[in-house]
Amino acid sequence: MQAIKIPGSDDTPKVILDATAENPLFEISGRSLPEDVVAFYDPILEWLDEYAQKPLKKTIFNFKLEYFNTASSKLLLDILLKLEDMHQDGADVLVRWHFPDDDEDMEEAGEEYADIVEVPFEQVSYSID
Amino acid sequence: MTETNDKQSSLDFVYDFYVKMKKNRINLAYEGEITHQITKAFTSLTENNMALDDDSNTVQKKVFHVMVECLQNISKHAENRHSVVTSKDGRGIFMVSKGEHEYNVTTGNIIRNDKVAELKKMLENINSLDKEGLKNLYKQQMREGRLSEKGGAGLGFIDIVRKTGEKLIFSFLDIDESNSFFVLTSTISRIS
Repeated sequence: MQAIKIPGSDDTPKVILDATAENPLFEISGRSLPEDVVAFYDPILEWLDEYAQKPLKKTIFNFKLEYFNTASSKLLLDILLKLEDMHQDGADVLVRWHFPDDDEDMEEAGEEYADIVEVPFEQVSYSID
Repeated sequence: MTETNDKQSSLDFVYDFYVKMKKNRINLAYEGEITHQITKAFTSLTENNMALDDDSNTVQKKVFHVMVECLQNISKHAENRHSVVTSKDGRGIFMVSKGEHEYNVTTGNIIRNDKVAELKKMLENINSLDKEGLKNLYKQQMREGRLSEKGGAGLGFIDIVRKTGEKLIFSFLDIDESNSFFVLTSTISRIS
């Protein structure tokens, strides 16, 4: 399956979706306030649909966002719902929500997503300096 | 002669405007179309200014957040009545002021009268909720709400109040039988 690798910009996150068995990585990081959220996230959601047909033994999906706007928050939920589906179909899925240790809002956003979706969810704090 | 007078009065207006901006501690004021480029320019400008000040990271993030949501509200919802060309982006007025203890982000835009009642009800409801209530409304809206064709998630106002912990200040001014002017101010405390 062709990997998705999108470099980050000042208004779009860096995205890596790579299911190659030797070096799998699923990560969305940076800032998310795209001009057109649907156009930005659609290929990612489609990729996940295809990946869900034949997922790896274990999928660790990392969110490491500094900032996202409310329009993006809905699309992030759509990604999490796809991961929830995979988990419910028996795949081994873990979501890791990374947040800066001084950012309560980002931590809380993770807690709320964890409440909404039923998928193994881990909060990971990191320090920036 | 008349022309000279006009020019003179327009120069006076500039000074007047300058004095009013200073007095109200407004460090950004704009009227026009709110495009994605404008949103990016204003947020990065304000970010740079804040970084030079001693505002904490938390305050900076909150101001950034509120600005983005407010600008997107205009861009997605404002009526474009005074625009000559039809454009996809709404227009309005956008201001950021910085006081000793707080930042204020203010927007003003034209809204059709038939949309006023619904918006007013929504804002009053948001203002009536406590922390827990806002959290529940946000989650409910995220789960059940659909993204509008313009990409709005209906979460912006709720998010602003949650992030700032301050109620929204707003009013609707009559323009004519079909339109009103909607003014909204969000406050971000500089003391965190």
